[in-house]
Amino acid sequence: MKISEICSLIEGTVVIGESRMDDEVEYAFASDLMSDVLTVKIQNFILLTGLCNVQAVRTAEMSDVPYMIICRNKQVTPDMLEVAEESNIVIICTRFSMFKCAGILYVNGLKPVY
Amino acid sequence: MHVEYNVEGGDFSNAGIASSQIKKILKQLNVDPSLIKRVVVALYEAEVNVVAHAYRGVIGADINPSGIYITVKDEGPGIPDVELAMTKGYSTASKEVREMGFGAGMGLPNISENADKLSIDTVVGKGTTLNIEIKF
Repeated sequence: MKISEICSLIEGTVVIGESRMDDEVEYAFASDLMSDVLTVKIQNFILLTGLCNVQAVRTAEMSDVPYMIICRNKQVTPDMLEVAEESNIVIICTRFSMFKCAGILYVNGLKPVY
Repeated sequence: MHVEYNVEGGDFSNAGIASSQIKKILKQLNVDPSLIKRVVVALYEAEVNVVAHAYRGVIGADINPSGIYITVKDEGPGIPDVELAMTKGYSTASKEVREMGFGAGMGLPNISENADKLSIDTVVGKGTTLNIEIKF
């Protein structure tokens, strides 16, 4: 699924990485627990999370996660943007809950990692 | 090649900088991406552990064509029961650490899973040293 399609489905706004709207992603994982994200063995999936802090972006960096969705209208901070830019991570913000985003993206064809 | 980074206990805003730097080096050396992921996940877990539990620490990494040998040496409270600390789900992390998305008792088991070799030397009241080896 294209990043642009994901944005449109969840009414999301890209806060960093606008140039990568045509990128495609096949798998998604949803968690607020970064320790759990770090146990995911595959690379190149999209992370849905309600955790909005620099360690969420660092975890994405370490896990080779190029795309993140931050749920529930949380404010992305300058230090998060800095790490995302350095690591080439796209961040999408949405007012939808993590449950709603996961449901919409699942029925539209994004695959679960597990 | 040897690199070293200092890590400050409690400094969550900078947790991960050492792991990030080592990831960049491994990418420049064209190490296989799946191996890089194993190295940096293990290293980042260890770095977060220093920030979460210790007063300060030093991360050292020796990188050569056959693999990476990492030592994470901290000054901190030490681990009274290593076997218990290696149990999935066991954690002594603070509320603050849990709010950062960690502290679920998954760190040391995940380091062990990603490493080819892991040893833990710890002295209660003094500190802990992790030796992590991953072969390329």
